[in-house]
Amino acid sequence: MDWSLIIENSLKGLVGINAVYFAVAAIGMNVQYGYTGLLNFGQAGFMACGAYGLGMTAHYFDIPMWWGIPLGILFSVVLGLLMGIPTLRLRADYLAIVTIAAAEIIRLVVRSVRFKTYFGGSDGINNFSESFREVGTDLGIQQSAEYGFWPFTFTGRELWTLIIGWLVVAFFGFLVYQLMKSPWGRVLKAIREDEDAVRSLGKNVYSYKMQSLILGGVIGTFSGMIFALDRGSVQPDNYSRDVTFYVLTALVLGGVARVTGSIIGPMLFWGLFTFVDNFMRQVTEDPIKVGNFTLLQSTQVGQLNYMLIGLALILLMVFRPQGLVGNRKEMAFDGR
Amino acid sequence: MDAERTYGEHATRARAALDTCDKVPGAAKPDPILVADGVRREFGGIVAVDVAHLEVQRGSITALIGPNGAGKTTFFNLMTSFDTPNTGWWSFDGRSMEKIASHRTAAMGMVRTFQLTKSLTKLSVIENMRLGATGQVGEKWWNGLIPGLWKEQEAEITARAEALLARFNLAHMRDEYAGSLSGGQRKLLEMARALMTNPTLVMLDEPMAGVNPALKQSLNAHIRDLRDQGMTVLFVEHDMDMVHDISDWVVVMAEGRIIAEGTPDDISRNPAVIDAYLGAHQGQSLLEDE
Repeated sequence: MDWSLIIENSLKGLVGINAVYFAVAAIGMNVQYGYTGLLNFGQAGFMACGAYGLGMTAHYFDIPMWWGIPLGILFSVVLGLLMGIPTLRLRADYLAIVTIAAAEIIRLVVRSVRFKTYFGGSDGINNFSESFREVGTDLGIQQSAEYGFWPFTFTGRELWTLIIGWLVVAFFGFLVYQLMKSPWGRVLKAIREDEDAVRSLGKNVYSYKMQSLILGGVIGTFSGMIFALDRGSVQPDNYSRDVTFYVLTALVLGGVARVTGSIIGPMLFWGLFTFVDNFMRQVTEDPIKVGNFTLLQSTQVGQLNYMLIGLALILLMVFRPQGLVGNRKEMAFDGR
Repeated sequence: MDAERTYGEHATRARAALDTCDKVPGAAKPDPILVADGVRREFGGIVAVDVAHLEVQRGSITALIGPNGAGKTTFFNLMTSFDTPNTGWWSFDGRSMEKIASHRTAAMGMVRTFQLTKSLTKLSVIENMRLGATGQVGEKWWNGLIPGLWKEQEAEITARAEALLARFNLAHMRDEYAGSLSGGQRKLLEMARALMTNPTLVMLDEPMAGVNPALKQSLNAHIRDLRDQGMTVLFVEHDMDMVHDISDWVVVMAEGRIIAEGTPDDISRNPAVIDAYLGAHQGQSLLEDE
């Protein structure tokens, strides 16, 4: 067994691009769920807004890629309004239902043959990220060269996306931290505790919930952009329901209603995931057998991993509901 | 109860003004702050509230009493726009309240508390208090990003909040989570938080529910204080001793209607009220079925 490879990959998983785009998405979901108590199960839909905003510049509009950033933000604001207007006056569960459905509708629309001209159908969109790569090259990062030190060695291509990705994480982390310290953030946290009390004190709860939903969604949009830029392609099936739930798992792992939690959670999620995945693959190089019965072979490792994630989440909820950086005392007051 | 007690200037003035009023349901008041007219709310086929006319005298403590299911809390919800009446009109401080959203009433000077105390458990006591202040610059997100814009106002709000906490004997709990307060302390916190909105009318929904007798006395004093600082208090309560003790005027509701109004002494002698609470046939033998 090659432990050095397992460790190297796991440590890279900790800071790699998956952790980055999860962290950005989790910062957004944290605004909605952690601070405001809004159950947005459609974060993948917001991520698709960002990815398709970028992709459509090349595929449909034929304009420079950078226009994709305002375009993605516009898409996600519109999506937030569409989901929020009918549901935010109702109980929290309705938002959950609408968001999960809306994200699926988006995925099915963008992969449909009917709208292939706009969204590229199930093939997705490729070849739009050159201008992003060029900026990195202009700054002296050679796309194919190796950078870094063990275990953190990345190609220039990976490194450039990672630098931008972590800058985006830092930016939104700081933004959310500042906002949650402000009176605005106080209103959101109060809404999470009890809407009616906040309304009786003269705050427009509906408007605050809408702002929270849209802010979290716009942050999620940037997550989708980072992912699309890293892959250099936009694929509809990268924005399915499970992405939302893995992001949520990572967020809960880190600890909700904490900016640090929304960053550490995704890092640990991917660090652990990579570790288990690498470890299991090495263990199952020869299928594990009990007598004549094959217990596990390497092709089943992927499925097993996702089962382990589920198990880990259950154990987490039982033994550490506050997450890694949360405050247990706070959890004890959950008398709703 | 204690007729011997000497009343303060505000209480005397409120009682003198109310003495001139008729002791009938819907009586006109010399200086009403809240006027409701023909307010009716139905849930399906059930009429929860059907108030023909009600005026609440400014600067007084008015109690709203009635048996369970009389529509008191629904009436509160209607007056504060938490619920919309099927028909009817009402005004607060001379302004019509129709089509005013519930979150606007606080800025107009009308604030309410809830029957089930709504302390924001995962916020600290001081944050609960700060939340109550209206017109905060930093509550707009673009301002929230720039602490320089709201720090000064925040300091003023905090000073006001601390003064109120001291008055309500909660100063030592300043930085604790509201969730760690006892039931009685939560009632105090909710009342103090409501005062952060600088209200002219304070509507308390069962302020004494679940509060121990010692704390009741201090809550009584706090409610009297509100009037003595010029505020109007309208409260729902079941504790008749307390109603008798602190209110200047009592309104009795039963089955959605106002069945009696008057001073506490009038009300405790009013046969309609006794009927509403004990049933019209009280005193009769249960054995005779004629």
